Amino acid sequence: MNHSSRETDMKSGIDPTMIKKDFPILKKKMNGKPLIYLDSAATSQKPKEVIDAITEYYENYNANIHRGIYKIAETATEKYIESKRKLARFIGAGKFEEIIYVRNTTEAINLVALTWGMSNIKKGDRILISEMEHHSNIVPWQMLAKRKGAVLDYIKMDNNMEGLSEQSLREQIEKGPKMLAITHVSNVLGSINDVKRITKLAKKEGTTVLIDGAQSAPHMPVDVRAIGCDFFALSGHKMLGPTGIGALYGKTELLESMEPLFGGGDMIKSVAFDSYTPNDLPWKFEAGTSNIEGGIALGTAVDYLERIGMENIRGHEKELTAYALERLAKINGLKVFGYGRADIEKRGGVVSFSLDKIHPHDVSAVFDSFGIAIRAGHHCAMPLVRGIFKVGALSRMSFYLYNDKSDIDSAIDAIGSVKKVFKVK
Amino acid sequence: MPLDIYAEEIISQYEHPHNKGKLTKYDVEFHDENPICGDDITIYVKIEKEKIAQVSFEGQGCAISQAGASMLTDFVKGMSISDAKKIDYEKVKEILGLDPGPARMHCAVLSAKALAGALESYMKAHK
Ligand SMILES: Cc1ncc(COP(=O)(O)O)c(C=O)c1O
Repeated sequence: MNHSSRETDMKSGIDPTMIKKDFPILKKKMNGKPLIYLDSAATSQKPKEVIDAITEYYENYNANIHRGIYKIAETATEKYIESKRKLARFIGAGKFEEIIYVRNTTEAINLVALTWGMSNIKKGDRILISEMEHHSNIVPWQMLAKRKGAVLDYIKMDNNMEGLSEQSLREQIEKGPKMLAITHVSNVLGSINDVKRITKLAKKEGTTVLIDGAQSAPHMPVDVRAIGCDFFALSGHKMLGPTGIGALYGKTELLESMEPLFGGGDMIKSVAFDSYTPNDLPWKFEAGTSNIEGGIALGTAVDYLERIGMENIRGHEKELTAYALERLAKINGLKVFGYGRADIEKRGGVVSFSLDKIHPHDVSAVFDSFGIAIRAGHHCAMPLVRGIFKVGALSRMSFYLYNDKSDIDSAIDAIGSVKKVFKVK
Repeated sequence: MPLDIYAEEIISQYEHPHNKGKLTKYDVEFHDENPICGDDITIYVKIEKEKIAQVSFEGQGCAISQAGASMLTDFVKGMSISDAKKIDYEKVKEILGLDPGPARMHCAVLSAKALAGALESYMKAHK
């Protein structure tokens, strides 16, 4: 890293060279080259303390939670609940009872579709999503609409294919959908939706609102009560936590009104031969033994993020994204999708691009040979990539707190090598 | 993945594929795609005396899938249906002259899968 870029990296209050040291994998090599990880939108890397939290649980207090009247079971239960308290505070929820642990964002959204949706959506009702959604915020609603004979509407992309069309947004919300499920940040474009304003519009129509926070919770301050949404879904593995743990936030009144999804142990207060009484929140939605290690380690991940500061992380990613956009703009035959540098406030740290005459898989493969991990494909947003952009696949790099400008410089160099391999000017 | 999957021959056939475009006369066509990458291919085959007389393809995809289709279609011209149907991943690697590795295997075999599909449907129709 040269001196000037080091200085700019420091401006955001983040020193990625220090942060990189906390992530064991970033000291490793890929294909003989130091790993440069630019695929955090798919999953983030984990700091040592998160990895250690898992080992520590198994080595020191492995026990099932709830009901155990002995010390290590108490410790496990406390730590598990404590992690929910941390996450609740982290996203601005009122209390830990509003945090349901699930496997990931996908499961959180499906939980809402299968419980709230099954009881509240009727034939002919409208469900509103947008054209920029991830498959996990499309398919559960397609399934629900099919089951119930409901109508699934889409908020259209704007003409520049950068964000949502304001006109379409207003028209669709005015139709009074029962449910609006929308992403906070697009995993393809990085576009940030003003979910607070959108929720306010929807609330005027009495619409229930779910925010897909898979790409926002890891990267910027989130306050679900300020947004005013009814549900908020996130994945632990994208925010420094382990895989297999994610969360659904729901407003207490709503969660209380919903039927449990799975039946079994822990989700009940009492069971008789002919009936059961569901447990209190949040346990009502967590049947069976939970992912205890995952919950606890997610709490550790939240500690880490809060220590660095979400404002700082957002600031750092904004700088990196602006820098990447500036450098990419100078490359012949390269097209970046989404908002430009002037609209950096509306853009998260995700940059998708295409290179003339070269397939994204070949781009990834050449990057790989230099130890650089980027993603190629439809990014689980086929309606957007195929239907709107009309391309088979895109290359995508995405940034996080451990990336720095030299990572982007390496990526730019790799693009030069891709062109050389393919003899493209 | 080492860069040697992008051998001269692969790049050159990717840039200038052989047998690309729809045949004017063919007996069977078959479309296949690869959901992981979004590569897609349509194979056209003209059969004479149980042999592949002409074969071509259309589609889009990465260098491995496109050069692979180009090389495969060259390779199978004049081959009997029964021999062509036997082309497996091992054979594809031989035709490509390299091992694309597990992450790119599906790119490499796409054209062979489509060809097998085409021959299968030809046989069904001409039983
Ligand atoms: C915007 C968005 N929503 C949902 C998901 C699904 O997350 P998960 O696979 O962890 O359920 C992703 C992950 O890529 C995403 O980017």
